[in-house]
Amino acid sequence: MPDHTPQELMVAAAAREIRDGELVFVGMRLPILAYGVARNTHAPRARALFELGLLRDQPAAGFLGTMGDPPNVAGALWATRMSNVMALMAQGEVDLGFIGGAEVDRFGNLNTSYVGDPARPRTKLPGSGGGADIAILSRRWVTLMSHEPRRLVERVSYVTSPGHGDGPGWRARVGLSGGGPAAIVTTLAVLRFPEGGGEAYLATVHPGHTVDEVRAQTAWDLRVAPDVAETRPPTAEELAQIRRLDPDGFWTRRG
Amino acid sequence: MAEAIERFVPDGATVAMGTALEPAIPFAAGHEMIRQGRRDLTLVGPISDSLFDQLIGAGCVARVCAAWVGNVSEGLGHCYRRATERGEPSAIEVRDHSNFSISLALWAAAWGSPYIPTRTLLGSDIVTTNPDLEPVDGAVLVRPVRPDVTVLHAQRADAEGRAHLWGPLGISEEAGLAARRVVVCCEELVDAEVILSDPNRVFLPETKVAAVVHEPGGTHPSPLQGHWRRDHAAYRDYAERSRTAEGFQAWLQERVLGVPDRAAYLAAVDRDQLRIRHRLPSAPVDYGDA
Repeated sequence: MPDHTPQELMVAAAAREIRDGELVFVGMRLPILAYGVARNTHAPRARALFELGLLRDQPAAGFLGTMGDPPNVAGALWATRMSNVMALMAQGEVDLGFIGGAEVDRFGNLNTSYVGDPARPRTKLPGSGGGADIAILSRRWVTLMSHEPRRLVERVSYVTSPGHGDGPGWRARVGLSGGGPAAIVTTLAVLRFPEGGGEAYLATVHPGHTVDEVRAQTAWDLRVAPDVAETRPPTAEELAQIRRLDPDGFWTRRG
Repeated sequence: MAEAIERFVPDGATVAMGTALEPAIPFAAGHEMIRQGRRDLTLVGPISDSLFDQLIGAGCVARVCAAWVGNVSEGLGHCYRRATERGEPSAIEVRDHSNFSISLALWAAAWGSPYIPTRTLLGSDIVTTNPDLEPVDGAVLVRPVRPDVTVLHAQRADAEGRAHLWGPLGISEEAGLAARRVVVCCEELVDAEVILSDPNRVFLPETKVAAVVHEPGGTHPSPLQGHWRRDHAAYRDYAERSRTAEGFQAWLQERVLGVPDRAAYLAAVDRDQLRIRHRLPSAPVDYGDA
């Protein structure tokens, strides 16, 4: 038995996407933990933006169920309106954004709106939130999701948050300023995209899982990097940070 | 509260709420709309952490104009799903936005602009399903969204409707400026001199405010900076009980229809456990001289 949960591994993998000194558009759920882990380990000069209107450096001192919980406001560097936070992203000043996904396709397009016909959907998902804004305006972004064939699909039926569209060059043609998706962190693996966009490939497989299993749980014919490796499990320090930020396992040890 | 909703939120009104995103959601006002049996509302907001879901499940809503409808810590909005997928209890029209575009739609209305051009939503299918968004060459035109009434909950206000809201503001300023009128709910009703000692913190002009409602605890289960933590357990309880239409009806009866007002609702909440304990006051500023 590994000494960490799948969610803890996802948080550690997401945290490693954050480089020191970056301005990060954090989003909700696991990325809130990932920012805290990164800031307290390898990225002590990172800063976090929250779309409701906050800028922070230190992670909140208390547990966060949402970005709007009072501990996230106490000690903020800037408490403001949403449009001011979006202004920074619209100028290309957000290095990295996180987006929660329900469905993603091989080009990293995300659907969080409608499964089936939008006029009479089979499933109505909550919607974009800030997801589409991050996908279009941040310099690069990462999405986290459960790895299942119904989620990693050949082509999303509705593009809420555009990735690389129909392939390399699409973003430039449409006029999207940001660089698009850099990685998909799932419960089984980390998928990455080539420089300049295009199709996702399998970069690392989480410990205890195999390339074949990941490919079987992906609805398209997933390409595999020639140097595919095992995802590095969370270090003791990363785990300690995660468990400090999520002491009751609300995000990382739920059923 | 009952009088404010009766007078300023008629059937068919376009109502903006939850404009600070997760904090300061005016649940008490929403629940009063449900008790008064409001119908055909258009709800406007960014993410609506469960309040829109409750109004939809209660049959109050004809249209939603928002970036996200669900439960932030628990996920899907089950009433929203039943209404959009099966027309239960009634079908609703959805005008999807992103957080940025709903902000811009309200700024457009606030500024009296026919539209605001933006690069957000380029390449998103949201522009194909929302007629208020028009893609043109290299930009998207965001049409104005004008609420008939914006309902806000602030930490403190005076009787003239001047309110101090602190913490993240989300889209509260543009939602208030764009609205024909504003209903301000407040945690504390204070003397004017308290509010006017810090006019920079007054986030809306008093000329927009039609009613002030002193409603302590009106944001539960959402948090309010300096007063209340978020009641995560209540959000989880709502998510589980609203999973079925029958479960939602039982929840609605117990927590909304079966209680006369907010004070009765709060009697069933463990408020001591949710109260903010660590004080962190800001330093005063000096507005002299006169």
